Amino acid sequence: MSSLMALPMHETGGIPVVDPSAADGAFGLLWLIVALPALGAFVLLAVAPFARGAIDRWGHLLGAALPVGSFLVSLLLFFQLLGRDAEDRQVSQHLWTWFEAGGLKVGFDLLYDPLSALFLLLITGVGSLIHIYSIGYMEHDPRRRRFFGYLNLFVAAMLVLVLSGNFLGLFLGWEGVGLASYLLIGFWQHKDSAAAAAKKAFIVNRVGDIGLSMGISLMFATFGTTDFSTISHVASGASDTTLTILGLLLLLAACGKSAQVPLQSWLLDAMEGPTPVSALIHAATMVTAGVYLIVRSNFIFELAPHAQTAVVVVATVTLLWGAIIGCAKDDIKKALAGSTMSQIGYMMLGAGLGVAGYAFAIFHLLTHGFFKANMFLGAGSVMHGMDDDVDMRHYGALQKAMPVTFLTFAMGYLAIIGFPGFSGFWSKDKIIETALADSWLVGLLAMLGAGITGFYMTRLMLMTFFTKKRWEKGVHPHESPSVMTVPLIVLAALSVLGGLMLAGDWIVEFLAPVTGTAEHEEPPIPALGVTAMVVVVVAIGVATAWYLVGKRDVPRTAPTDVSFATRAARADLYGDAINDSVVVKPGGALVNTLVAIDKVGVDGVVENGSLGISGIGMILRRTQNGYVRSYALSLLGGALLVVLALLAVNLA
Amino acid sequence: MDDFVKPTLEYAELSPLFIVFGIACLGVLVEAFVPRKHRYLVQSTLAIGGVVLTLAAVIAVANRLKEHGDGAARGIVGSMGTVVVDGPAVFLWGLILLFGLAGCLLFAERQLEGGVSAFAGQAAALPGTEAERQAAGLDHTEVYPLLMFALMGMMLFPASGDLLTMFVALEVLSLPLYLLCGLARRRRLLSQEAALKYFVLGAFSSGFFLYGVALIYGYAGSMNLGAINDAVRNDASNQTLLLIGMGMLSVGLLFKVGAVPFQAWTPDVYQGAPTAVTAFMSAATKAAAFGAMMRLFYVAFGADRWSWQPMMWVIAILSMVVGAAILVTQRDVKRMLAYSAIAHTGFVLTGVLGLEGAGELTDGQLTSLQAVLFYLATYGIAALGAFAVVSLVRDSAGEASALSRWAGLGKHSPLVAGVFALFLLALAGIPLTSGFIGKWAVFEVAMSSGAWPVVIVGVLSSVVAAYFYVYVIVVMFFHDPEPEQAAYVVHPSVLTSSTIAVGAAATLVLGVIPGPVLNLAGVAGQFLR
Repeated sequence: MSSLMALPMHETGGIPVVDPSAADGAFGLLWLIVALPALGAFVLLAVAPFARGAIDRWGHLLGAALPVGSFLVSLLLFFQLLGRDAEDRQVSQHLWTWFEAGGLKVGFDLLYDPLSALFLLLITGVGSLIHIYSIGYMEHDPRRRRFFGYLNLFVAAMLVLVLSGNFLGLFLGWEGVGLASYLLIGFWQHKDSAAAAAKKAFIVNRVGDIGLSMGISLMFATFGTTDFSTISHVASGASDTTLTILGLLLLLAACGKSAQVPLQSWLLDAMEGPTPVSALIHAATMVTAGVYLIVRSNFIFELAPHAQTAVVVVATVTLLWGAIIGCAKDDIKKALAGSTMSQIGYMMLGAGLGVAGYAFAIFHLLTHGFFKANMFLGAGSVMHGMDDDVDMRHYGALQKAMPVTFLTFAMGYLAIIGFPGFSGFWSKDKIIETALADSWLVGLLAMLGAGITGFYMTRLMLMTFFTKKRWEKGVHPHESPSVMTVPLIVLAALSVLGGLMLAGDWIVEFLAPVTGTAEHEEPPIPALGVTAMVVVVVAIGVATAWYLVGKRDVPRTAPTDVSFATRAARADLYGDAINDSVVVKPGGALVNTLVAIDKVGVDGVVENGSLGISGIGMILRRTQNGYVRSYALSLLGGALLVVLALLAVNLA
Repeated sequence: MDDFVKPTLEYAELSPLFIVFGIACLGVLVEAFVPRKHRYLVQSTLAIGGVVLTLAAVIAVANRLKEHGDGAARGIVGSMGTVVVDGPAVFLWGLILLFGLAGCLLFAERQLEGGVSAFAGQAAALPGTEAERQAAGLDHTEVYPLLMFALMGMMLFPASGDLLTMFVALEVLSLPLYLLCGLARRRRLLSQEAALKYFVLGAFSSGFFLYGVALIYGYAGSMNLGAINDAVRNDASNQTLLLIGMGMLSVGLLFKVGAVPFQAWTPDVYQGAPTAVTAFMSAATKAAAFGAMMRLFYVAFGADRWSWQPMMWVIAILSMVVGAAILVTQRDVKRMLAYSAIAHTGFVLTGVLGLEGAGELTDGQLTSLQAVLFYLATYGIAALGAFAVVSLVRDSAGEASALSRWAGLGKHSPLVAGVFALFLLALAGIPLTSGFIGKWAVFEVAMSSGAWPVVIVGVLSSVVAAYFYVYVIVVMFFHDPEPEQAAYVVHPSVLTSSTIAVGAAATLVLGVIPGPVLNLAGVAGQFLR
């Protein structure tokens, strides 16, 4: 560290640097947060198969208890952190040296600062609730123990991702959550669609992961290290081009993990996984890892304005893309998935706006974590009552049959559309406000996205809980058990109250040591005016939905003679078709060409070469005739060869 | 000669040699005085115990070696200059004794032949006669003392300080091996033919060696390697005499390691000899002979290395190319391993010719000696293990070494086939096996000495050879056997199975963490002059 302290501070140009102090006191427990769920995963996945089913009986309880333990430790450390001064809120814990190779020394270091503190609370808090909910949801699944093992594995990996003190550790967590996501999407692997969705998610994520691994390699090549702390000190020394490339590579990584255009296609299919998985991984935590990556790498992005612009463009396209898809889906989970994509677009937009937006990106990430997990679990509760039917055209009028689910879902609904006072209102409004200050166009598009959000969420709400009964025969909706409704109630409360984090600009100031402090910019129109506009736009969206869905009868099968826009949205805006024609088909052609070259060229050389060598071998073999006399002759010849070689070289 | 000087012997440092020799002589006495039915137990216990004892002595000696020049070399020039106990010699002693221990265990195996050893009941009985049938239940327990004598010769060979000792060691190691080769219980005519061929050609090449000794004595006026080195440095006399003598000496040594064009005996002898003998011989003889070769060329002729390195280039390239090319045409597992041994001789020579002056090495760079010592360890372990596996695959007529009989082995004996595949991958030099690190080490030292043509040929012939090793794996795992043709695996006793298991483990471990052994070879330092 001492060498770092010697670096002139003005070089960093106002961007906060990562400069943690060593962990002491209660912060020594930091490792425990990761270790608890990791232990759970180990017991449930590696030990249990040898226990002949003994662990199956209580494995789910263990799996649910350990994240709760992590949450309690996180909470303790959070209050410890609050007790410190703002500039003293970075703590690092060196566990061991992971590996050393040449000039690269990578430690297994944990970094605890305001950013990771908030993430810890989100991951372990929402994670614990979803674990508890899963006890009920997965009650009749014969592989429940394994499910909890995977969930614990996910939580452990996600915690590594947000706690690591260097990019390589982050990458370890990044791959770990990718693995867990793969395993959980394909958890019902007997369904072909689930297996295919898992594969798709894994492969699309590969593309993003290439970006991250290349980015880390470039960091090592440029800075000689992968530590956040060192890089944040010396980043300004790199050339603009390098920084821009780094930013773009990190953006590619974020696109893969956070399902941003053009790597968005996997998220809708990922809904094949059990609903708690969709809530935890594909709504609240993993898919926001891309936002975390960009906010964490602020010391790169602040110096790479072109990369930031790219982030804003990607984010704006995605927030509309996801919202439009959400309008046309009849599958309740896919509609929510489109909405997730869109909301992550808002977060990315915030992150792309730089210092002014980082804190709001994280704020929206947290509130979204609450209300989207709430709604996914609510959707799961509805499916639970509807015999696992996901088609909203078979729902309707459920508000009486499932009152708790309805009420909690409504809280999430009001939060996501940005109903004044609810958590989503505060966080989304702030992002739109900041975007407007940055660029008129982006701000207006973000506002348009808010209106569409109002439309599709109202449509979902109406089709599910209001309108007429369109139930399948033999379906008797009923309220879910309390092990499922209690987490819903907690999350609903958080959805309502999450906005309190903005009270007195608390979250902005809390995150300032990580994200920096923005100079106050006067928006082109007063903040209150922006808020009013957003509310009006959302109201228009809601009203449109009311007229198009609420006032008419919803047909039980989706009508086919619909406009082009609807057809496009139903087909995920042709995301798969685009992938197919831009990547898959040319890729297939390339592979076929390579196979042909391999067959003719490489195999030809190898096969003919081996034939030639065999021929030479057959000829040489004749010298091996078994007669000692000819062996002796060859020995004599060899002696001559050796002596002549010696003489020829030396006396020539 | 002036006054008579009473010879002094460093008993402590030379103790491993004495112990092996003593055990060998004791074995002869046992053969004479212990009743036949107890001999197997007594002899095998004596041999195994003796080798273990000697290993302990070697470790004791190694720990007490005197350092010279900050650890650049360590050891003593003992026995009036005739035996040099230095780091490389002690490393090779340890290696040879480990191979000797494995050899003892394989010799003592009696489960494969149904209660008798793999050696002829009575070597003097003519094949196919009544006398042979009567001797069917007997064992030749002389093989243990013979093995100990061979071990003694092998240990003396790389430690010899003058040419005469080197010649004596050469003969001491060779004669027991000639005998051992002719003692197979099955296919006795083939075995006896192999022994005779080995003997005749061996004697022929020893003649060359002795002639070379005479010429070098004529050049330098001394048998002592250090004195020869001085003469070479001072360019004392007729250069031609030196070169011809050098060539003659190398014929004797290259014959022992089976380099092309002195390889002709290798396939026939490897195939004809009892497999236990082949296993021991292939590993230990190579280690000893390469040790002696390096001592001769590094110590006596090291100052003149530019004159012999091109010759080594030629031999190394020939060995690798011819070994790999004929390897590809083989359809018998034992002959295949023999040609593999020839190709590997070429690879070791690639390391040997990588000699560089002390000043040319950068800090921490591998020395050629270190690389060759490591290679000898890795190759010896893999080859010994592979031959040991060959002894398990049998039919009613003994070992079934035709490759076609091995088809389908992977299906009915996956463990044996898997271990054999591991040894083959090590011989091919696939990463994560010891063979890869060994090849990398010798290529690295050859490259840094400027022998890039040899390295290129080495890499290409590795590719060719790898093709065939993989082909064998394919036959074992993916070919269906001809009906009634599949050989079966006989379950060995703990003697053979432990040898194979340790060999397989070492092959894996040296591939993943080669550091300790590479370091050990480095700590051994340079030859002492």
